[in-house]
Order: sequence, then C-alpha cells, then structure tokens
Amino acid sequence: MADIAQLKAVASQVRRDIVRQVANANSGHPGGSLGCADLLVALYFDSMTHHTDFRMEGHHEDMFYLSNGHISPLWYSVLARSGYFPVAELNTFRQLNSRLQGHPTTHEGLPGVRTASGSLGQGLSVAIGAALAKRLNNDPQLVFCLMGDGEQQEGQVWEAVMFAGHNKVDNLVAIVDRNNQQIDGSLDEVLGLGDLGAKYAAFGWEVLRMDGNNMEEVVATLRQARSLAGKGKPIMIDMKTEMGKGVDYMEGTHKWHGKAPDAALTARAMEQLAETLGDF
Amino acid sequence: MLDNIQSTGKKATRDGFGAGIDAIAANEKVVVLTADLAGSLKIENFIANYPERYVQTGIAEANMMGIAAGLANGGKIPFTTTFANFSTGRVYDQIRQSIAYSHKNVKICASHAGLTLGEDGATHQILEDIGLMRMLPGMTVINPCDFHQTQAATMAIAEHHGPCYLRFGRPSWPMFTADMPFVIGKALHLSEGSDVSIFATGHLVWKAVEAAKALAAEGISVDLINIHTIKPLDEAAVLASVRKTGCLVSCEEHNRYGGLGDAIAQVVVNNHPAPQEYVAVNDTFGESGEPEQLLEKYGLSTENIIAAAKKAIARKG
Repeated sequence: MADIAQLKAVASQVRRDIVRQVANANSGHPGGSLGCADLLVALYFDSMTHHTDFRMEGHHEDMFYLSNGHISPLWYSVLARSGYFPVAELNTFRQLNSRLQGHPTTHEGLPGVRTASGSLGQGLSVAIGAALAKRLNNDPQLVFCLMGDGEQQEGQVWEAVMFAGHNKVDNLVAIVDRNNQQIDGSLDEVLGLGDLGAKYAAFGWEVLRMDGNNMEEVVATLRQARSLAGKGKPIMIDMKTEMGKGVDYMEGTHKWHGKAPDAALTARAMEQLAETLGDF
Repeated sequence: MLDNIQSTGKKATRDGFGAGIDAIAANEKVVVLTADLAGSLKIENFIANYPERYVQTGIAEANMMGIAAGLANGGKIPFTTTFANFSTGRVYDQIRQSIAYSHKNVKICASHAGLTLGEDGATHQILEDIGLMRMLPGMTVINPCDFHQTQAATMAIAEHHGPCYLRFGRPSWPMFTADMPFVIGKALHLSEGSDVSIFATGHLVWKAVEAAKALAAEGISVDLINIHTIKPLDEAAVLASVRKTGCLVSCEEHNRYGGLGDAIAQVVVNNHPAPQEYVAVNDTFGESGEPEQLLEKYGLSTENIIAAAKKAIARKG
C-alpha cells in the first residue's frame, strides 16, 4: 500500500523544484508542471516498475512518455528525485551546455528520456510503438503517456487514438491533463474538446476519470488502470487538474503557462510549498 | 569499362525494395509499417509470412512515423513504407522531432519519388524530398538506381544503426548493378574517364550511362560515378574525380535546389572549384504524363546530360 503522506511530501518538493528551476532559468512552463506534479510522483514513486540505471529499450519495465514536453521542469525534478541523475543538475535547466533542455530530448543523453517531445501531438504515437514493441518482446509491462488537453487539438492525436482502439493496444495508458488552459486562453474559448472521454470511448478505449490533484485518487486510479490492462482496450484517464496547483497566484489561470516568477513571487511560492527532501 | 554496363532487363526499384525486405524478413527485429500502400511498396510477402511484425496504420502517416520511433525504442528496426511525398513533406516535423533529433533507428522507405511516378501528377511527384531529408542532422539519405541496388540498400540499412531515408520509384527501369558492390556512403565508380565527371543518382544513373556511351562515341571520356548515398556524401570520390577531369555534371530526378547537385557543389566549391552543370528539375512542379515524356519535358533526358557534359567541358576554358 502506498504511503500517501510520503507521496505528498515528494510532490511538495517537486513543486518547489519546478518553481526554482523556472525562476533560475527565468523561463519555462510552471503552470502545467505544477498541475501534473501529483500524477508524475504517483507514477514514478508508486505505480511504475522502472530502473534508474536507465536503459533505452526498457525491457520488463514500465515506460513513461511525456508528450506535452513543455512541462519538462516537472519531469526533470521527478527523474532526479527518483535517482536517474543528480538532483544538483536541476540547476542547469535551460542553460547552455545542459542536458536539461527547454523541452525534453535524448540528444544530450539525459537518462529517463526516450524520445524528444515538445512539438505537440506526437507522444501518443511513440507510446503506441513502444507498446507494440513490448507485445512483440513478450514484455508484460505497461506504457504510460501524458498529454495536454490543448494538445488534443492536434490531428495526429486522433490518428493514434483510432489506431490504438482498432488494434486493441491494451498495454497502453494515456493520461490527458484537463486543466482547460492553453496559451491563448481557456480551451472553451480557443477550441473546445466537448466530452473528451466519450470520444476516446467511441474509438474503443476504456475511459477512467480522476482528480489529478488528489493523491489518494491518483494512486487508486493508476491501480485501476493497471488492473484493466490486457483486456482488449487501451486505457485513457481523463485527469482534471488545476494549472499552477500549489502556488496561489498561479492557480486557475493560463498566465503562468510559460512565464517565470520574479524573486519576490518565487519567495512567496516557497512559503507555500514545504521543503521535504532538500532543495537542489 | 562502359561497354560492360548493360541492361539485363527491367524491373522497378520498388520491386527491389520488396526483394530486400524479403531478404531481411527473418530478422526478428525487423518490423514493417505501411499507411495503406502495402501493394505499392511490394511488402505482400512480408505480410503473409510475418503478420505479427507488420503494422498497418491506415492513411495516417504522422502516426506511422511516431509508432516507428516507439518501436525503435523497444529495440526493433522499423521500416516505414509509403510514397515519397507522404514519407517526407507530409510528416517532416514528426521525422524531425521523434526520429532524427531523437536519433531513432527508423528506416523511412519511400517509393514513387520524382517525375517518373508519371500519370498521378505533381501532387504526388515530390522533387524536394532529398533536400528535406538531407537537411536533417544525422539522417542517412540513399537514392538507389535500379532493382539490384535498391535490394542491396534495403539490406544494408537494416544493418546500419540510425535514421535512414531510402528513396526509390515506381516505373520499370533498366537493371545493371547485379554484380556491383553496395556500401552505404561509398560512391560506385562506373567508368574511368578524363574529360568530365558525371555524378548521377537514382533513375538518372541509367540515363547517365547512356550519355557516357554516346559521349565516348564522340571521343569524350567520362568519369562516371553513381552517388547512391547522398548523405553522407563520398567527398573523397567526388574530389578525386573532379581533380582529374576539372569539370562536372550532376544528375538527379529532383529539384535543382537542395539535392545531389547542391551536395556536390558544396564539396567542390570548398575544395576544388570547377565548372558544374546541373541536370535537375528547374525549380518547378511536375505534371501528369508518361515517365519518359516527363523526363524529356523537364530536362532530365540522356540528351540533356550529353549537352550538360559538353557545356561543362567548354566552361573549363
């Protein structure tokens, strides 16, 4: 049984890492990163079987693909806190000669990253390919893929959704971050998704819903997703989150999608997030 | 040496691709993907024999490229198959991010390239694909010239780690490389000569052979080189030839911008400047027609190569 309090403590540190990385670099995407922090902590510290001595082929371990690559400060923090690379390296986020590029990439050999992402809409296709390789390799582990909700506007996502349903790629769990915000405003204003879960279901997916900022619910839903694997349907989790979760002035607004806080606002964020594992 | 180069019959380069896939099909790592063009790409045998390693994505090329990248992550050697247009321009960003930048071991196999696609017309006759793929860091770009070379190239890229673009075509075409070696990145020297270098790739290699024979009959000695691998370019072979002849012609079924001619010109201008004539499409789109009619109308015929060679020689001054 997962220790929920411990997961929450890790998530608090991860949120500090996110804000501090973005403030350090004076650039980056804190809003969506904060919103998805609970999910990634639950995945890496509870749900997934994975090896921090990173192996690209990932045989007999679960794989994670981040399709909305702009929330890289979250992923970097979780990878570092999991042990993939030294926590101190978070200091290099978005700096020259860093492995921690603005958007995640394999190019500089950062452990934990298998394919570059950032140009939206591509991650689910890559995750499907990885899931098919696991099938061919008789590897029973799962492939997880996180996408943004704005990203669902990309046509390639629906090519992938259609393919996974038709081909019963049932070792795949796709999670969509429903923070309802994108750069130009709310999705409702820009290009609404309607009943997204119903659309996935219509393509043959099993659809779960969860509050992505409730750790108990995240852990339980990820378990449920695993129990549904291998039953002929890919699994989609419609995950409601609050953009900027944990930092009061960033919550519920798209203004902090891709903007760094100044020193005073960073200090204010630090007051709201407990330092549980020691800052980088 | 030129006289020894004879056509042994005609088959399409895409059939050579199919034969290459058949030759490597038993390799458990090989996975073949298509976006609704299995018949055109000649992969029916593979589908029949290894259905578990065949992926049909439907008419969804972007998804196919992503799936290929993911398969490569799992240790597979994915071969994507569709027309050249849909293998490159349509999915450039998918290739750029998920395959090239991520350095995935994906083989992008593209048929129906160039004007010789024929009657389907300009929408499908991509003439920009070599340039697009050549610009991607780390991408190997190969444009074989006949059935045998395409088969050999297909087998070779399976053994080569890293992203590859393999470009071939639709029409039946003279075959003449059955007994010739194929090594990625190594130019194939077809004939020794001293007056002019002719570098050719893809279908135009046969046209260049015809041109070299005609020139020889007029007493003009051609150093004839088949550049099947446009990237990485065999710079040593290019320079050795141009140092000997002092002028050159590049021949390709591609726009004059971005293709073989430009690749060679970069090397020549930096190392041994010499007059160069391009036999290539003059920055225009194609149209419907028979392959030979199109090659003639767009300046890619044997006669065009002969004229270009004479012009290059005249420019030596």
